[in-house]
Amino acid sequence: MFKIVRRKQLNGSVVLMDIDAPFIAKKADAGQFVIVRSDEYSERIPLTIADFDREKGTVTIIFQTIGGSTMTLAALNEGDEIKDVVGPLGTATEYEKGIKKVAVVGGGVGCAIAYPQAKKLHNMGVDVQLIAGFRNKDIIILEEEMRKESTQLHICTDDGSYGYHGFVTDKLKELIDGGADFDEVIAIGPVPMMKFVCQTTKPYGIKTIVSLNPIMIDGTGMCGGCRVRVGGEIKYACVDGPDFDGHEVDFSELVKRNSTYHEAEKLHVCRLMGGVK
Amino acid sequence: MADMRPNKIPVAEQEPEVRAHNFEEVTLGYSLEKAVREARRCLNCKNKPCMNGCPVGVRIPEFIAKVAEGNFEDAYEIIKTTNSLPAVCGRVCPQENQCEGKCVRGIKGEPVSIGRLERFCADYMRGKETRVNPAPKNGHKVAVVGGGPSGLTAAGDLAKLGYEVTVFEAFHTAGGVLMYGIPEFRLPKAIVQHEIDDLEKLGVKIMTNMVIGKVLSVDELFEMGYEAVFVGSGAGLPRFMGIEGEGLIGVYSANEYLTRINLMKAYRNEYATPIMKSQKVAVVGGGNVAMDAARSALRIGAKKVYVVYRRSMDELPARKEEVHHAIEEGVEFLTLNNPVKLLGDDNGRVRSVVCQKMELGEPDESGRRSPVAIEGSDYELDADTVIMAIGTSPNPLIRNTTPGLEVNKRGCLIVDETEATSKEGVYAGGDAVTGAATVILAMGAGKKAAAAIDAYIKAKESGIDG
Repeated sequence: MFKIVRRKQLNGSVVLMDIDAPFIAKKADAGQFVIVRSDEYSERIPLTIADFDREKGTVTIIFQTIGGSTMTLAALNEGDEIKDVVGPLGTATEYEKGIKKVAVVGGGVGCAIAYPQAKKLHNMGVDVQLIAGFRNKDIIILEEEMRKESTQLHICTDDGSYGYHGFVTDKLKELIDGGADFDEVIAIGPVPMMKFVCQTTKPYGIKTIVSLNPIMIDGTGMCGGCRVRVGGEIKYACVDGPDFDGHEVDFSELVKRNSTYHEAEKLHVCRLMGGVK
Repeated sequence: MADMRPNKIPVAEQEPEVRAHNFEEVTLGYSLEKAVREARRCLNCKNKPCMNGCPVGVRIPEFIAKVAEGNFEDAYEIIKTTNSLPAVCGRVCPQENQCEGKCVRGIKGEPVSIGRLERFCADYMRGKETRVNPAPKNGHKVAVVGGGPSGLTAAGDLAKLGYEVTVFEAFHTAGGVLMYGIPEFRLPKAIVQHEIDDLEKLGVKIMTNMVIGKVLSVDELFEMGYEAVFVGSGAGLPRFMGIEGEGLIGVYSANEYLTRINLMKAYRNEYATPIMKSQKVAVVGGGNVAMDAARSALRIGAKKVYVVYRRSMDELPARKEEVHHAIEEGVEFLTLNNPVKLLGDDNGRVRSVVCQKMELGEPDESGRRSPVAIEGSDYELDADTVIMAIGTSPNPLIRNTTPGLEVNKRGCLIVDETEATSKEGVYAGGDAVTGAATVILAMGAGKKAAAAIDAYIKAKESGIDG
């Protein structure tokens, strides 16, 4: 059992939890994930490690309640225990040697995953331009944290209610065209966003890393559910990733495969909400 | 005098048309009276050929003699001295190739039903107080990586010798393939759990949610005071055929399909795990895993389930009983058929398998006649779900994080005849060494490794002392 030592509601649907998991905290690194099973009846859900504190022995997860399993998890309070947390899984992000300037692009709750990347790079002394996109002002998360762990934070909103009015790709293009000589771009967020970031950077030939979130069960290279097509080859996000060269990823296959259980998910949520089955 | 009737005492089974729609156990096991009658068929041969066929060396004639006397507790204890998981072996071992394959009674009739008798003893004793005599602790610690059949066997044997054993299991529950792979209707999970509970009573400590190679390395286990490490990390990445369409929705590896059903209990409403509600399922492959996937698909509610296999019925690697059960339940075998392409609909969901017909040519290196494609024989087989059950390659996590551990070109750990790897103090067994094989072979390897670990630690100790 893994105790929730802190729980914070970041916006209407996004929750932060610090979980007591000393073994994991000791090894965790940016880009890795944990798999969480709230109780006996829950699914195993992969969640990227948003932060960790090796001394306190905690790892932080930040997730959006989008389906039944995240709803069950979000219903737990500070002091409650999560049945299973396993990790750190996946390969930590590897940066090019000698990188000096990086754009870290986060979309929505993906900012929670972009944040540890920014933090690590910032601590390495890299110039971090953090571009964080949200639909509107009300759902902005981690603003202070992101500002602290970046050279410059560019918050974008789709409706212009805060910061830059436009998509992250618009801002990214603006920075590139304005002479920002990025060694690398790291994009984490919804699949369409990552896809568009890759389309933006490709003409400029800037290496772009994406963090993929396919369907997964064990997270250790056993089930094969998380297979993605990268450069025409089958790769397993749990052991080969979750980071991949975005210019090689077959995003349309990923989008389709991620929709496998959309119908089942709706029924599950309906059941949890006490609706008819 | 032995009972000389030529045939095994039949065992009760659920009717095929009933069981094809539920996850209850198919084979119901012997009654007390039938077990005694079957046990009396044993000739109690002096040279015990059956034992030579058993990878864990169960003292078969001895335990069967006890069953014949009606002394089931003693029979069970005889089995347990060499086999930590009798309820499992009695159900899933390919006895026809092992103990029963060597049984003298098999020459002129059917062999003694050793598997069913082993199962009977384990089932009879379940829930009854058994004499657990943990050996006095010898002060040495051993780590076991992976709580599957090989790891649990190694752990059990070492605990019996007095070692302090910790099993590090990646999943949220120990059991490995016994929990995630083999379906409930063949091996009820409560029975597996009971066997694991028995190991814990022996003093084995099980730590779940621990992925060695990630949260701790093998070297760190040594730093923590473990003097030897047994690696039984099991099957790894599932293989796909590399054909077009394997990324379509509705294409599963057998590992994923079975894990959703067995470990994550997708067939039970109170569990959140989703699974495709399939109508027509094509399972590709001919081993036990393919049979498990096909029979599970029927139970999930598929109207039609095909096993697509590129050789003929004679070459099917699955246990005979599983093939027989699958046919009874209505699984259709499309042998001498090989998928060449999967086709999808506009939403990216698989809709059919393009199969090519095959014929058998010359024997290949495995001694089996190799299938040769018949040109122009392609046809489309409708299927909304395709399950690839064509094997796995070993898990890369341990080999990638353990310097000094040698692997062969397939990625399997290299071991010597004592299951020792190239790294001192590290032993390995099961699928991590052999690639996909059987539960009992993994258990045999775990057993051998436990003996070797015991010898290794004792030699080291006497070296230091002397």
